[in-house]
Amino acid sequence: MLRFTLRRLGFVLLTFLIASLLIFSLTEILPGDVATMVLGRFATPSALQNLRAKLGLDRPVYIQYISWLTNFIIGKWGDSISTQAEVFGLVMHRLKNSGMLALVGCLIYIPTGIFLGIVAAFRKNKWLDQTISMTSLAFIGLPEFVTGVILIAIFAIKLRIFPASSAIDPDARFIEILPQLVLPGITIALTNLAYVIRMTRSSTVEVLQTEYVRSAYLKGLRPGYVLRKHVLRNALLPTVTIIAISIAYLIGGLIITESLFSYPGVGRLLLFAISHRDLPLIQATSMLIVLIFSVSNFFADIIYAYLDPRIRYK
Amino acid sequence: MGKKDSIPVLEVEKLTVSYETELGVYQAVRDISFSIKSHESFGLVGESGSGKSTVALAIVRYLASNGRVTGGNVRFHGTDIYSLPMNKLRSFWGSKIGMVYQNPQAALNPTITIGRQLAEMGKTHLGMSDREARQKACEILGMVAMPDPESVIERYPYQLSGGMLQRCVIAMALITRPELLIMDEPTTGLDVTTQAVILDLIADLKKKFDSAILYITHNLAVVANICNRIGVLYAGNLMEQGTTQQVVSGSKHPYTFKLLDCVPRFEHGRKKQLLSVIPGSIPRLDEIPRGCVFAPRCSLAERTCRAVRPPLIEIEQNHYTSCRLWERVHELEAEKPEAIADGALEDIPFLKVTGVKKYYPARVKGGGIFGRRKKYIKSVDGVTLWVNKGRTLGIVGESGSGKTTLARVISGLAGATSGNIELDGEQLGKTVQERKQEQLRNIQMVFQNPETSLNPYHTIAETVGRPIMLMGKSNKKEIQDRVIRLLNAVKLSSHYYNRLPGELSGGEKQRVAIARAFASTPGLVILDEPLSSLDVSVQGSLLNLLIELQLQSATSYIFISHDLAVVQHISDWVVVMYLGHIVEWGDAVKVLKPPFHPYTEALLSAIPVIDNKGVRMRIRLEGSVPSAVDIPPGCRFNTRCPRKQGNICETEEPPWQEGEGGHWIRCHIPMDKLNKLQQPIADKI
Amino acid sequence: MNGSSDEKSKNEEIQNLQNQPGKLTIYWKRLKRQPFAIGGGVIFLFFLLMAIIGPLVVPYNYQAQDIANRLKPPSPAHFYGTDQYGRDVFSRIIVGSRGIFLLGGSGTLLAVVIGATLGLLSGYYGGLSDEVLMRLFDVLLSIPPILLALVLLVTIGPSKPGLILVVALLYLPIEARVMRSMVLSLKTKEFVEAARIRGEKKLYIWFREILPNTLGSMLVEGSMRFSYAIFLVASLGFLGLGVQPPSPDWGLQINEARGWFSIAPWLLIFPAGTISLLIIAANLMTDGLRHVFYPIGGEI
Repeated sequence: MLRFTLRRLGFVLLTFLIASLLIFSLTEILPGDVATMVLGRFATPSALQNLRAKLGLDRPVYIQYISWLTNFIIGKWGDSISTQAEVFGLVMHRLKNSGMLALVGCLIYIPTGIFLGIVAAFRKNKWLDQTISMTSLAFIGLPEFVTGVILIAIFAIKLRIFPASSAIDPDARFIEILPQLVLPGITIALTNLAYVIRMTRSSTVEVLQTEYVRSAYLKGLRPGYVLRKHVLRNALLPTVTIIAISIAYLIGGLIITESLFSYPGVGRLLLFAISHRDLPLIQATSMLIVLIFSVSNFFADIIYAYLDPRIRYK
Repeated sequence: MGKKDSIPVLEVEKLTVSYETELGVYQAVRDISFSIKSHESFGLVGESGSGKSTVALAIVRYLASNGRVTGGNVRFHGTDIYSLPMNKLRSFWGSKIGMVYQNPQAALNPTITIGRQLAEMGKTHLGMSDREARQKACEILGMVAMPDPESVIERYPYQLSGGMLQRCVIAMALITRPELLIMDEPTTGLDVTTQAVILDLIADLKKKFDSAILYITHNLAVVANICNRIGVLYAGNLMEQGTTQQVVSGSKHPYTFKLLDCVPRFEHGRKKQLLSVIPGSIPRLDEIPRGCVFAPRCSLAERTCRAVRPPLIEIEQNHYTSCRLWERVHELEAEKPEAIADGALEDIPFLKVTGVKKYYPARVKGGGIFGRRKKYIKSVDGVTLWVNKGRTLGIVGESGSGKTTLARVISGLAGATSGNIELDGEQLGKTVQERKQEQLRNIQMVFQNPETSLNPYHTIAETVGRPIMLMGKSNKKEIQDRVIRLLNAVKLSSHYYNRLPGELSGGEKQRVAIARAFASTPGLVILDEPLSSLDVSVQGSLLNLLIELQLQSATSYIFISHDLAVVQHISDWVVVMYLGHIVEWGDAVKVLKPPFHPYTEALLSAIPVIDNKGVRMRIRLEGSVPSAVDIPPGCRFNTRCPRKQGNICETEEPPWQEGEGGHWIRCHIPMDKLNKLQQPIADKI
Repeated sequence: MNGSSDEKSKNEEIQNLQNQPGKLTIYWKRLKRQPFAIGGGVIFLFFLLMAIIGPLVVPYNYQAQDIANRLKPPSPAHFYGTDQYGRDVFSRIIVGSRGIFLLGGSGTLLAVVIGATLGLLSGYYGGLSDEVLMRLFDVLLSIPPILLALVLLVTIGPSKPGLILVVALLYLPIEARVMRSMVLSLKTKEFVEAARIRGEKKLYIWFREILPNTLGSMLVEGSMRFSYAIFLVASLGFLGLGVQPPSPDWGLQINEARGWFSIAPWLLIFPAGTISLLIIAANLMTDGLRHVFYPIGGEI
């Protein structure tokens, strides 16, 4: 188990390193360099030169990279070019908001997805399964901006139950802003919901067909017991991985959903940074997203290994 | 007491089961009737497609969701299983009816310890507490001769070997002392030596428990040794039923008769002989004949046989047959093929393998990051052998003996780590890439699994024609003619020319694979377990085909198999392998006669034999073949050898000893001593 | 003479046998039992047709502004109404479909072709380069796709070739992985070993022995990936990083229409409905293909 954990940790580090290299090199070859961006196109060459020296842009690339990465790790994320604010504080503040939104999304889709997936598997090929499977199949891959727009149209504009915009007060508490989180929460949950339902259903169907489940029934064990001890544990193993993968979609969804609902989270911050070509901000937000994603994958692997003795003892 | 004995534990009456499939509704079993009393063991024998597993599942009322009982009924102690409410039925499952499955690895939940899975039985059916159930689990594991039950119950299924797991599954079924024990192919996935141990265990348990046993298998020899009564299934119909004695020695159904006749026996003669065969193949579910299901393959069949399905009739007490012509079955005796002339061939070595080794790098567990020593899996560890022109060399050994790796090295699929291979006096390159086209043409291979031997997207014509094209023949018509001649040679009509492999049965696919191997007129064909995934009734005709082809073309064979009887039937010379080494080799007749190497002796005694006269040799090997990474020092077989001499076996590698008339054994025990030890028991086979 | 007539009958026999039910018949039989998949496929093909010939048959020029008729609800003159500049929404959707198919389709195609090639070579040869490539793909796959797309687009700028490249780069690792795992299992299959033993060249083994066996899976995989590509392209359009105005991109249309929803809901409903319909159709079709090629189990 320790070896396994270390190996996975190594992989997370590797992912992070390569991703950082990718982000660094991609953003470094942005058209126009940072100095020009800050000072404008008509700045004097000497002024540009001074700023480059100040920002360390005159050093060799690999040194720039190393110092950039070190700074990122110790939390010195620099100042935003467009807002002049300190990036670290800005991003962390937005991270809290995104976290709340993601939490609402997860609370909606994870339990519902698993439940509906299991129900569909047990009613395999009956009308209930057909309904659940077909609906989830149809909804998988529907863009958030489509579902979100439809939700806004119905619930915010026609029915006026929830607000269409979720531009929240930055210091508001979770409970206070909960009504504003409902629509964006449902929006990011929908696509993932379909995904989790389908994966849970297929892994449950697979487990239900195994010989060990047959032999458990033929041992005369009660169906409820077989479900709990023999079916669910094995069927939900892949679901752990699925949920980790769905976090990736969730992050993608956040970028779109936050923009749709004008919600002040990391995703919208990234878009803002991109539209303002705010290099430090782009780098910091994307690095953060990669980090969160790798760490959630890491935990999924560890949980999986913990639940599956075949991996635990390898 | 008397009443209980008179009512059978299980009565199956006119059972018919249908499956709804993609292509329609098919009856998997039809009108099956039999009954089993307590203390009795009933063997249900059938090849693939006979519906034997369907019968088992129908008895416990656990058919697949597309399966339905469309006729007849199943009674357990007089109660109709199919009229029971679900909760009542569930109280039968496990407590009164126990099940043992073919694949123990799949039958046990991979994420729950063995102990918990065993304890579930005690807790559910015997009202035990956790502790009691656990104790009971240990106790029952002890009864199935499981070494160290205390530690086994803490393990997970993947940590145990197949033989061990099957013991666990048997133990699990026995905890509640069920009145009916259904065993569905319990030894099929196991090595011969492990199978023998499990069969002994079952025979032993039969004495300790009074359960009625339904034993389902494809192997007639196994049931003949285990069961009091036998039912023979074919294509969903019961063909014959009676006591073991009646069915095995006095069969009154052509199918059973031929099935018993078409397996090779150990002969102590030298002549090459064709086997008696059952022509044709097992009908698919969608093409079950209208009359007697066996009629298309039966040489006695008359018009009535093909038109009307015959009923099961009682011809003597407890002996039933579904053949109208049962009185004429003895006529089949005359069909035995004669011995064929074995062409007088000079013994010229064709293939020479000298000191071949094949090591694979091993991933070592717990080696740590530092001080990791590179370890190797020594699959083949110094093998020297030769094959004469037009002759067959048989290679036998359990899984893990290195026989398949050796075949791959010779064919060039895997490059030898060291050693030398010569074909027809010419040195061969290590791998396929290093060999000349002419050399490649000269060595062909037939594989074990016909399902993956043929590319599903190539027609039979393309498959067989391609090697001919590679030989430089580009005339389309010439190739076409040759393909058709090859198909005819493997007894396939030209109807198969444009078919895809998906439309062929396993036996037919294997014939195509043989035709492909012979297409380039090779000097050597390596046959790697070519029959083991085929049904018994199909094996015989393929074996005959191989012998005929060899006589016509003077091709040399390397025939690899775990089945000693088949190997001795087809081979001129036999090599016995264990853990990458040859332990015994020589003339086919000599090798399988005492004196043998103790390992050969154990292999021979592990094979269940149908006509069991008197005492059998009982040499049993415990455990499984050790890992080829950590090969035991001294004699490689010393960890399992029943005739181990002592220290010398653990420290010194045994010498080669030569016997009379071309026979070598690698053992510390002198030949004549081995002979003295083995002769008395071997005579009783 | 006897031989020649014999030959003749043989040849005739072979001719007759050419018409035997093959794999295609079985596939067709299975397909017929998938009404949803057929429906999805028909809708999908209709969209494809529209994308190809649509721009030639649309009633209005997608750029033609008609301020007098701005924000008109659907009518026989304008099936889907008009937008804030009086442009015909129906025509804009039709013309926009070409962009979606072009970008998503060629991106997916590129990903499948390059990915499959890399997967084939990597899986067939194995060794260190395989190991390195797969680890690299693992890393790429552990970056959220939309983030990768955004960062890439920021770098190369939002252009059509840029978008195609982004789609291709994003899906390439998955295609390579799927292909590689199939090749790994196929190359140890006995029919491939038999080909090696008889001395077939690598190209024959790849193209005649291995690839035909991967086509079904790659078709299913590619079709699924395509529906994700539509998703991606439209999402990027919505975020303003896809095709630039005045091109009638669906995502962009939806983004612009948001502000007009209370007075002109059709501006939003029709593009959103169209994109949903296309994605649902593609999903149903993919699922149908899966059932056709892998009748047992075969869920995502």
